[in-house]
Amino acid sequence: MELEPVIGLEVHAQLLTKSKIFCGCSTTFGASPNLHTCPVCLAMPGVLPVLNKEVVEFTLRMALATHCHISPISRFARKNYFYPDLPKGYQISQYELPIARNGWLEIEGDEAPKRIRIHRIHMEEDSGKLIHDEFQPVSYVDFNRTGVPLMEIVSEPDIRSPREASGYLRALREILRYLEICDGNMEEGSFRCDANISLRPPGREQLGVKAEIKNLNSFKNVQKALEFEIRRQRTLLERGESIVQETRLWDAGRNVTVSMRGKEEAHDYRYFPDPDLVPVVVDESWVEEVRQALPELPESKKERFSSQWGLPSHDAQVLISSRSLADYFEAVVKAFPRPKMASNWILSELLRELNRDERDMDACPITPQNLAELLQLIESGVLSGKIAKNVFQSMYETGDSPGNIVKKQGLIQVTDEGAIEAVIAEVLAENPEEVSRYQKGKEKLFGFFVGQVMKKTKGKANPQLVNDLLRKKLQPVK
Amino acid sequence: MREKISETEVLRVADLARLELTEAEKTRMTEQMNQILNYMETLNELETEGIEPMTHAIQLQNVFRPDEIKESLDRELGLANAPQSDGANFIVPKVI
Repeated sequence: MELEPVIGLEVHAQLLTKSKIFCGCSTTFGASPNLHTCPVCLAMPGVLPVLNKEVVEFTLRMALATHCHISPISRFARKNYFYPDLPKGYQISQYELPIARNGWLEIEGDEAPKRIRIHRIHMEEDSGKLIHDEFQPVSYVDFNRTGVPLMEIVSEPDIRSPREASGYLRALREILRYLEICDGNMEEGSFRCDANISLRPPGREQLGVKAEIKNLNSFKNVQKALEFEIRRQRTLLERGESIVQETRLWDAGRNVTVSMRGKEEAHDYRYFPDPDLVPVVVDESWVEEVRQALPELPESKKERFSSQWGLPSHDAQVLISSRSLADYFEAVVKAFPRPKMASNWILSELLRELNRDERDMDACPITPQNLAELLQLIESGVLSGKIAKNVFQSMYETGDSPGNIVKKQGLIQVTDEGAIEAVIAEVLAENPEEVSRYQKGKEKLFGFFVGQVMKKTKGKANPQLVNDLLRKKLQPVK
Repeated sequence: MREKISETEVLRVADLARLELTEAEKTRMTEQMNQILNYMETLNELETEGIEPMTHAIQLQNVFRPDEIKESLDRELGLANAPQSDGANFIVPKVI
């Protein structure tokens, strides 16, 4: 049976404000339990929440970056439910009048670039953290996270594969990071995702019965959970059974989704407008102000990297994957205007090292100026590519400049023909048998001679010259 | 008096609010809630065609605070009313 997955994602992004959304408590992660609490976030009677203006600013940035329509008036609502991590017995969120709607985001689709529509973006508060005791029937409640601002971004069901889902999340996270409003750390929970997924015969308009999957705390888990869920639903449908609309939890240990039925009671959140908070009115001039201050976003940066620097789409895609990487590249190119060569070194050498050490671009020991200097030394023939890679290693390990390293280690490339000819003569004299075999047609031996010359010069001979001169010298005497 | 809310609905609301009602309370609550809802009906006599619904009695909008950290409450004070605590956490019956 041919069935097409239909996926929509709900993302919760923790906003990088200093203080909480409705009170002045710090949002810093990792403090000792309940140190960042006050009467407002602990829900003492008689307190009033006051909205942090930065939360609105940050949300407006995201709304504009994702081409949303900004609501001139938006309101907060109470979402009522009981859970020990929610001291008020309700979560302040937005319901009927979210701050933004109807946007879109472009991703690399399965076939071509594709737009994923955004249904809505709204502001809300995070809940506290529960730790369940392993031995006793008690739970420990830490309200430090209570009231940390969240932005919820809900997509339309436009995603058609686990790969697209992962692409959408990455694109979303890139934008959040470019805007400097969320650090996008899935493992630490500052960027969370729930997925709605159903299957239907291709071409059919009507959606199938969906399952909602929670607990997806890494890109890999999102993809694996969706793949599992597609298999599960397909099997049921092919057997002629029906899908139950329910919430399922991803169990990363067992690689399965598990029904939460029974554990979760039927929800009736009884939303109503929060009387403690007044409407948020965003006029044209506020929107314009935020728009003017937006940084260049990944989408347009990628286009510019292709058009201005002539980079292939793959290079551009990787370079824009973080704002600091893109800035690094441009700083190198500013000092050494050969973009493709700069890109090659960054993508292959530099990223390999950084990825291996799990280092961020911000912790890169090689400054863009030093990398540019290294490329200049290669370009002008002072260093061979091979030596340059060694110099690069030393630069990465010590943070020293290539000029200093070359000087200290005596690595300048030998381009003096006379000197190289002398070494070649030595090599040929030491290996008469190989010479005669080569001259009788064993051409594979050429590499052997190159290797010998390189060994004697400690890799410093200019490879092109070595090749040319060797060929000349090895020609059989007629 | 017209019945605007049934006993079943009252029980559902009670359940959502984690309230347990005795038989007598069920009857009384249903009666009283119907009285309240019927009283609210009076408002329907007003002509509200073309009037924007409002959520506040005062015309106030955009009340913000700047993103500044204020001193939090002393943890001991915050935990003072906790049914049980270990000095850092509130301790509650396990719920999963």
